[in-house]
Order: sequence, then C-alpha cells, then structure tokens
Amino acid sequence: MSSTPEGERFLARRSFIELNARERARALLDPGTFRELAGPFDRLKSPWLPLQGVVAQADDGVVIARGSIDGESAVVASIEGAYQGGSVGEVSGAKLAGALELALRDCERGRAVRPVLLLETGGVRLQEANLGLAAIAEVHAAIVALRRHVPVVAVVAGMVGCFGGMSLAAALCSHLIVTRQARLGMNGPEVIEQEAGLAELDAADRALIWALMGGEQRQATGFADVLVEDDSDAIAAQVRRAFAAPAPAPRSEQVEGLIARLAGIDGERPPEPAALRALWGRGT
Amino acid sequence: MSADPPVSTIGLRWLEGLTGSAGILDLPPRTVRVADVPLGPEVARFIAVVPDPDNRFPRARAGEVGLDEALGLAREVRRTIAEDARRRPRAIIALVDVTSQAYGRREELLGIHLAGAAAVDAYASARLAGHPLVALLVGKAISGGFLTHGYQASRILALDSPEVLVHAMSKQAAARVTRRTVEELEQLGERVAPMAYDVRSYAKLGLLHRLIAGVNAAAPAPQDFERVRAELIAAVAAARAGARDLSTRLSSVAAQTGRAASIAVRSRLAEQWDAP
Amino acid sequence: MERLTFTYPAREAVARRVHVGVVGSGDLEVLLEPSADSDAHVAVTTSVDGFGTVWKHVLDRFFSRFEGAAAIEINDFGATPGVVLLRLEQAAEALRA
Repeated sequence: MSSTPEGERFLARRSFIELNARERARALLDPGTFRELAGPFDRLKSPWLPLQGVVAQADDGVVIARGSIDGESAVVASIEGAYQGGSVGEVSGAKLAGALELALRDCERGRAVRPVLLLETGGVRLQEANLGLAAIAEVHAAIVALRRHVPVVAVVAGMVGCFGGMSLAAALCSHLIVTRQARLGMNGPEVIEQEAGLAELDAADRALIWALMGGEQRQATGFADVLVEDDSDAIAAQVRRAFAAPAPAPRSEQVEGLIARLAGIDGERPPEPAALRALWGRGT
Repeated sequence: MSADPPVSTIGLRWLEGLTGSAGILDLPPRTVRVADVPLGPEVARFIAVVPDPDNRFPRARAGEVGLDEALGLAREVRRTIAEDARRRPRAIIALVDVTSQAYGRREELLGIHLAGAAAVDAYASARLAGHPLVALLVGKAISGGFLTHGYQASRILALDSPEVLVHAMSKQAAARVTRRTVEELEQLGERVAPMAYDVRSYAKLGLLHRLIAGVNAAAPAPQDFERVRAELIAAVAAARAGARDLSTRLSSVAAQTGRAASIAVRSRLAEQWDAP
Repeated sequence: MERLTFTYPAREAVARRVHVGVVGSGDLEVLLEPSADSDAHVAVTTSVDGFGTVWKHVLDRFFSRFEGAAAIEINDFGATPGVVLLRLEQAAEALRA
C-alpha cells in the first residue's frame, strides 16, 4: 500500500462515534484538563428506573466534565447514547441543566465558561416523562440565557442522533457541528410512522431518513453550521474554531427569515429533500 | 387500543371567556390567537394555539403545534418584546391546550425542531427582558407542544380539571410506542409519579405555581373566568417581582420532595464546580 | 431485576477507584474502589433474573487471579459471561495502569 497524504490521514483518523460519552468529552478538552463532576462514584442515579425493573447507570447517562478549551475555562455535557437511547430523565436532565446554569452563573460574575453539548439522545425518557420534559425546558432556558455571554456549541455525531425536545436545544445553540452519520429531528422516524402511517414515513428506509434529517442534508439546508468527518481531532478543531470566531446571530432568533422561506412551500406538495437544498442552501 | 380523542376547543373557549372575542387580533396564522386585554391594572397579551382543520400542513389540523404555529408564536412574542422595548414590559399569558407537536415527514424535512426552538427562544427572551410570563394550563400540555408554548413561563398555573393533562407523549401514542394499553399506562402513573398524566399528580412534582380548584375546564361559568383572572393577576405580580428565570420550579415546597433528585444533583455539581 | 452480593478474600490493598463500561443492551458497567474492610465485596444489579450461579462462576474465575480488597459494583443489562469477564479485566487493568 503506497503512503499518500490522504492515505495517512485516513489511517490516522480516530472515530469520534466509536467513543463513549466520557471519551468524547475528554477528546474535546485540552489534554490533561478533563475533570468529571457528579460522576459514577457520586451515584446520583435515577429514582424511577428501578421501580420499573430497569437497571440504573451510576451517572444516569450524562457525563459533565470541566476543563479548558484552547486554554479557556470550559464545561462539556456529554450524553451517553448507549444508555436508554440517551434519553433524558430527572437526574440526567438535572446534570445537563445544572451544568449550564453554573456556567451562566460564572459568566454573570465575569468568569467566562465555554459550554459544549454532545447530543446523542432520543429526547425525553418516557419512564420519567414529566421530570424529563421539565428538565429539557430548563436546558432550553439555560441555553438562551448563556448565549448572551458566550457561544453555546453543540455536536451531534451519531449514531443515535438528536431527537425530541433536545432537537430544540440543538437548534437553540449558537453553533451546531454535525457529521454525515448524524440525524437531527424533532420526532423519531419510528414514532412518525406509528402516528402517521407507513405512507407518511417508512422508518426502515434508511436512505430516506438520512435524506430528510441526516447531517449532510441539515447542513446543506441551513439547520447546522458545519459538516465534519467522523474524526476526533477534526471535531475538536471545529469546536475550538466555533469559540474563536465571533458568534453569529442564533438561527432560532431569525424568525422573519424562517417564516419567509417557509412561505413559498406548498403544504400539500412540499419539495423533495434535494430540491430543498437548492431552495434553502447557502450554495458551495 | 383506544381511538384518539376529538379535537379540543377548550383553549379557544378560555381565550374568548377571559378576553372577550372582540379582543382577539386578526393575524395569521389562524391557529395562533392573540388578544390584548386589561388584566387588573395593566394590559396583558394572551396567546393561545387553537385547531384549524384547514391548516396548510395536513399533520397540524387538530391543535398540534406545527411549523406555522411555532413560528407564529415566535413572531407574536417577538413583536410584543419590540413593542415594549421602551416601556414597562407587559405580561404575556400563554393559554395552553395543545395536543403535541405535529408528527409528519414534511414537518421534519422543513425543520419543525428549529421552528419549535424559535418559539422557545422568543418566550425565554421575553421572560429575560422582564415580561411577566405566565402559563395557564386549561387542557392538554403535551411534549413539544408544551415546550414551545408555556414551558418557558416563570409561573405555571393549571385548572384542577380532568381535561388538564401534562406529559411527554399523548396517552394513545405512548401506549402504541410501549405496546401497553392506556389503562396500564395510567396504573403505571400511580406507581411512578412523573409518568402520571393528571394535573393533581403533576402538581406534586413542584412545577406548578397554583392549582386552581373548583373550575370546570370544559364548561366554565362566568364566575370561573373572574376567578381565574384574579389568579392570573396575582401570578403576574409575583412574576414581575421575582427572578427572570425558572428557579421557582426548584424552590417550591412540593419540589423539595417531588424533585428531590433534581435539587441534589445541582447541589453536587455546585460543590464540585471549582477545582479543590 | 435482581440484586446479588458476593464476598471474596483479598490479599492486597486497592489504591484507587476505576470505572469502566456502559449499561447498554448486552453490556455492563463496573465501579471498582477500595473496600471498607480487608475482603473484596461485589454487588451486582442485573436486568436478567435467575443467573446467580452463572454470576458466581464468573466472579470465582475473576477472583482466582485478582487479589485486591475491592468494593465492586456491577450494573448489568444482560451481558454474556464473556463480556462480564472482559469488563472486570478492563477494570483490573485500569487499576494497574
């Protein structure tokens, strides 16, 4: 096998997707600065899952880590997609919201903290329904407040993707980084198929799912800022870049623009995903 | 398997009853109804999401918060913020009776998650700008519908009425997804507090400011509207005097037990936040 | 869901705590830290009932080589004995690192 620059880059590539939540958080912080808060040994577990015969994970599926990014104080909140589909329960939701609230408190006191959200989640954990939903509302509130002080950066890498109320959190963030393998949508394909029927959406049609809500489609239609390879170093570099660049106006504030671009769409005959890129894309 | 319930008119009935139909502004979309009405010593903006069977998007014709609804909410709330930029920010009352977010292929394609975020952003921004933001639950407050319309309020009030249901997924959809019957889900809610749908169970979680008893959501009498207006006036005053965040949802008496783990987690994070 | 506990004699102290794994389908997490006494103690919470004997065999095998006075918590979501042993070995390895 000959050694080309592309070949060497490919071999040197380390998959971010294959990392668990803890490893992903560590990968994004400056080397040697990772320090976990409310970790497994604090044993802040779900009070609700054991009542339903579900084994509680000691960190309830969210890793909160402090450290630095490019030398600046940071906090990374990383959801473990392999535990209960990354779903948000009372404790995991409190870790997400609580970390953002503490970052906000520091920012308000003149001590900037760079927040990063690693979103691998199906949304609310149904077994904790109302407490998960309430926590997501608190996450939303914290992001909007924090954004006034510092960019809030989110990464959706896959393979779980980002769904439910947490997809709104992704859309509230200042800067959203996605991979091709990522999916971002409010409702999971299975639920849409169940609620609206197979003709509306065939959840088994993977090509269709990624065409509708995959990372490449989302970035090409203005729902995400950067499309990045599944490579740990590349993603870490994009996160650093997101903080170094001046913060753009958040997409969730662009109401008139969103209304205008939706106005031209025929509700009965919407465009195909590829056509939407031409309509809403930024061009290359 | 039970059939989905008929389309609800409770939200519109309460909007008309609290404000008088003449006060409802004629703005698109028809599914977002806004009225500016005196509430005690000031004028408050009431906002409700109501069903429209002729809605542009077929999957949002039964009271769901779809693309147009979420963006309509965002626009109306932002208009309120802009209008009050140089005067005392008026109260905004979210009347909540929403079945859920809209479930559909075109909704996903066209970015309902961002439309929803725009509504959340507008409401949160209004609250941060000093508008007393109060939610009144008169019917269903489900999932993305509630997240986008009501859940950013600094005070949440609810009618103590069987029509008021709060949850992360409708009973019918949750039954289908978990392959249980609705009855089994209701029984589960009796054992596992956050899984209950009824508003009395929800009140135990500590998220509500007031549970208004003795009022029939589906068939309100004139004195019910007066009673609720008085509660809203008090809630607006409390919101205006209090912090512009959601902290009462953790400091309430009920939350000390209903959300004990949420409080403990925050406490532990705060203890460990700075390096030892 | 079942809870099982086991005790094993130990020969050496455990200096620190380590954590490995995820409670995903077919997987488990292991929390390992110094024991409060001179024995090793294992507390297993598993989603699959009725496999107490299998757990004992797996742990017997692990402790035939591992001599630390460790308090081990296992949260299991249906892992095979092979995966359980793998995670325990990973924890022991992390201890040595």
